[in-house]
Amino acid sequence: MRVKVKGKPVALRGDEAVAEAMRQINPDVVAAYPITPQTEIVQTFGQFVANGQVDTEFVAVESEHASMSGCIGAAASGARAQTATSGPGLALMWEMLWVASGMRLPIVMHVVNRALSAPINITCDHNDSMGARDCGWVQLYAGTMQEAYDNAIQAVRIAEHPEVMLPVMSCMDGFILGHTFEPIEILPDETVKEFIGTYKPKHSLLDVEHPVTYGSVVFHECYYEYKRQQIAAMEKAADVVLQVGQEFGDLTGRYYGLIEGYELEDADFAIVAIGSIGGTIKKVINDLRGQGQKVGLLRLRCFRPFPAQEVAQALGNKRAVAVLDRSLSFGAQAHQLQMEVAYALLTHGPIPKMVNYVYGIGGRDLLPSEIEGVYRDLMEVAETGIVPPGVRYLSVRQ
Amino acid sequence: MQLKGWKDLAIGAVMLEPGSCLAYETGSWRTQRPILDLEKCAHCFICWIFCPESSIQVRGGKVTGIDLTYCKGCGICSAECPRQAIDMVMEATARKGAKDEG
Repeated sequence: MRVKVKGKPVALRGDEAVAEAMRQINPDVVAAYPITPQTEIVQTFGQFVANGQVDTEFVAVESEHASMSGCIGAAASGARAQTATSGPGLALMWEMLWVASGMRLPIVMHVVNRALSAPINITCDHNDSMGARDCGWVQLYAGTMQEAYDNAIQAVRIAEHPEVMLPVMSCMDGFILGHTFEPIEILPDETVKEFIGTYKPKHSLLDVEHPVTYGSVVFHECYYEYKRQQIAAMEKAADVVLQVGQEFGDLTGRYYGLIEGYELEDADFAIVAIGSIGGTIKKVINDLRGQGQKVGLLRLRCFRPFPAQEVAQALGNKRAVAVLDRSLSFGAQAHQLQMEVAYALLTHGPIPKMVNYVYGIGGRDLLPSEIEGVYRDLMEVAETGIVPPGVRYLSVRQ
Repeated sequence: MQLKGWKDLAIGAVMLEPGSCLAYETGSWRTQRPILDLEKCAHCFICWIFCPESSIQVRGGKVTGIDLTYCKGCGICSAECPRQAIDMVMEATARKGAKDEG
């Protein structure tokens, strides 16, 4: 389909691009904790507020727990509410993340992925949002800064879809995407405004003609039923992520799905990963394809809901698969992404040989030569038929 | 009462009818029951102010009793009463007494 809107290319940091998306979205309320571990998203957006470029009520709260609480209150009163956070800030929100999803409030939160303390570390890994993966939020992970901007806009539509009504975390890698420059195509303000439309909440605490109660006590008689509703909404969210990604593509030429495959279809050996590492992996794939090696990438854009069928369908015919986790689940048999991929393959089969790798913890670089090493490992696994036991920890000093 | 299935409940546990807590009879929580002695009561309304369940019954400017449908038996009324007009007794004992009398 012909692209309807051509954006303006601007050199921006990922954080600034997301702040730009927020300016265009013009939320009714942004409640955010404005200092560390916050990123430039809130700083930049704060300037838009100060300059009068948005109509947003900006609430500078005393902690991330309060920032999520503020968004919850605003959303329950029928406002379009957003916030941004990162690393330990997200961890401090944990209790309220469940409240936001449990009340089915379509809050959008921009997350810049950073490692958790201790030791104190503000660089990239995925432990912050992976730790929040069971909180009932839709989770999108950007592979590029452009995608971070595009996801920020699409997240509004996904969250507010009447059959979803779930909060959405729009995640991007700290520093690698958040804090470095790239030319990003920024859509015209009017286009974004039209794409997201007006939020028409079904209920509002401010609607005194139709009084409702949010946050009541629900014990064993009904609590489980409300959680069952959330499961169904999350299943529905998968369709909506696809639908919104298609519509966004028809508008901009940039189409988005639940997963992204790169040289994947005919590949014998595949790496599964999340986030910006996809870019480096693509470079290695280009090199290895040049040498005649059939290697490919499956990058997950949507982790919650987990697109099990798509993943299984894309990987089932591979000779060997490496799953790269940028997060840790201490004491688990394998780490978060691997566990999901393994169960997707187990239930939707066939099951290729799989090896779990960990990389990039606390901002550690993963080099192209190490990625090439992963593909070589997979070739060996396929040849010998032997999967080495345990998880492999890339680029950690012995 | 027939409870609704998950597909029939309003999402997000939003309560669409105001005052729905009237249907929730918290009196079933009670392990101790307040016994009001109207002969000692000065109708000062301190218990009425403090009662977290609005269970102190009032008519014509006088305290008339305690609504046991909602009284959780917390004992705040008894603790606050300046004339010691409210005694807390074990619910089981109170029920047994009521049965014996009835």
